[in-house]
Amino acid sequence: MSGEKQAALVVENVSKRFGDAEESVLACDRVSFEVKPGEFVAVIGPSGCGKSTLFNIIGGLLGDYEGAVRVGDVRIDGPHPSIGMVFQEESTFPWRNVIDNVAFPLELRGVDKLQREEKARHFIDLVGLDGFEKRYPSQLSGGMKQRVSIARTLISQPEILLMDEPFASLDEQTRLLLGDKITQIQQQLKQTTLLITHNLTEAVQLADRIVVMTYRPGCIKRIVNIDLPRPRTSDVVGSDAFGHYVAEIWNDLREEASRGMQDSEAIARADRRRV
Amino acid sequence: MSSLFRKPWFPVTFGGMCFVAVGVIVEVLLRLGILNRYILPFPSEVLAAMVRVIEEEDILGRMAVSGMEMVVSGFAVVLVGVPLGTLLYRVRVLRLAVEDWIAALAAAPIVLAFPLFLVIFGRGMGTVIALAFCFGLAPVVLKTTEGLVGTRQVLINVGKSLNMTSPQMFWEILFPSALPSIFTGIRLSWTFCLIAVIGVEFLVNIGGLGQLINDLAERYDMPATYAAITFVILVSVLFFILLERLEKWLQPAR
Repeated sequence: MSGEKQAALVVENVSKRFGDAEESVLACDRVSFEVKPGEFVAVIGPSGCGKSTLFNIIGGLLGDYEGAVRVGDVRIDGPHPSIGMVFQEESTFPWRNVIDNVAFPLELRGVDKLQREEKARHFIDLVGLDGFEKRYPSQLSGGMKQRVSIARTLISQPEILLMDEPFASLDEQTRLLLGDKITQIQQQLKQTTLLITHNLTEAVQLADRIVVMTYRPGCIKRIVNIDLPRPRTSDVVGSDAFGHYVAEIWNDLREEASRGMQDSEAIARADRRRV
Repeated sequence: MSSLFRKPWFPVTFGGMCFVAVGVIVEVLLRLGILNRYILPFPSEVLAAMVRVIEEEDILGRMAVSGMEMVVSGFAVVLVGVPLGTLLYRVRVLRLAVEDWIAALAAAPIVLAFPLFLVIFGRGMGTVIALAFCFGLAPVVLKTTEGLVGTRQVLINVGKSLNMTSPQMFWEILFPSALPSIFTGIRLSWTFCLIAVIGVEFLVNIGGLGQLINDLAERYDMPATYAAITFVILVSVLFFILLERLEKWLQPAR
């Protein structure tokens, strides 16, 4: 359609198979969706649905896949400068303090110290860590470390922010508050964001659209538009509409999650028999 | 009381006091005849002998000789061991092939091979340094490999996502991540080097403090022998303070 903006990220019929000719697993099966500029899209699915595989393919960490992931006209076959990644695991460099962690991508590009520190301070401020510039990761909480990682990714000003369950290791309250922070940053920077998660409330709290995936092989079950008002805060979790969306998506997910659970139990039983 | 424990000078003072306390206890046990004074000298005599050793035995010169051998072998171990450990990390087949052999090398009493080294390097500093180098090499190689292999995958992924080149990946992520393990290896290696330096000097009767201990023991000057051993401990302490400083400088986050 002529009036619509061109997608910032296109995922087109992406499939990925692991293993060899004798034994293989189809992790993703013809997954297709688009992310428009400034849009916040969440991909949700049960464990084992290939979410992380998709994250690694889009981030360029996993090659040799079928279909195409495109940024503009470029097919992703390796890390792309337009995509900034935030990982599920804590990924700050323990030997660098906060400001050096955040400024790291600029240091790699040879930006001079004064300039990169000034920019790093801006992003540290943006994630609410001003005053902690000289602290080392070992002196920070889990949520603060994850904010350092987010600031380190944002400082490169990527066109697309790609996050893989960034709050997975955090408690629920920190998760909600960090969700607020992410929403605030996303709205402020009009940052195109793709969030991979298994957390229903997190997805509904943050996203404009949610891509619901099936259990293995992961393919798209449904794409849900989240019509909650923006600017959005964690207050939204108390609204009826929020509850409605959570219930609706859970209806889609329940069957997939059960399949995943049954599959895991069957594998565990088979392993026990082998032992 | 707990605020006293937190004072920066407390651990050093407490350590010194423990040292003095052990000396006093040994002194009392010797004087009571519970310990044999022909095997163990009075700590007060050892203390007095230290002055004599400094004045008559050229202790500073001997410390310099042993220290020099220690510095050369210790830094050679780092200069060779870290790249060798990195090579084993990079070439997996090589690692699988030789890692066990290197571990076995660490356990082998290489010091006893001193006659061979005497033949190759002659009766001098070369033999001491070469033997200390061989004896101390294994830990730093193994710990370097271990540290590099143990780098968290997510940090490597961060590097990949930032399109880092291979040298950038090594110097900015792998090496700093492996540093704590490398320093553990260096600490072990330097301990091995010092044992080898003093041991070979003692066995071959050349060089610094090891030779002095041998001389004093043969003269059956027990207080002076123990005083010389105390100077060996002093050299060891100096090296570990140096290593600690180096580690603090390279790893300010510690």
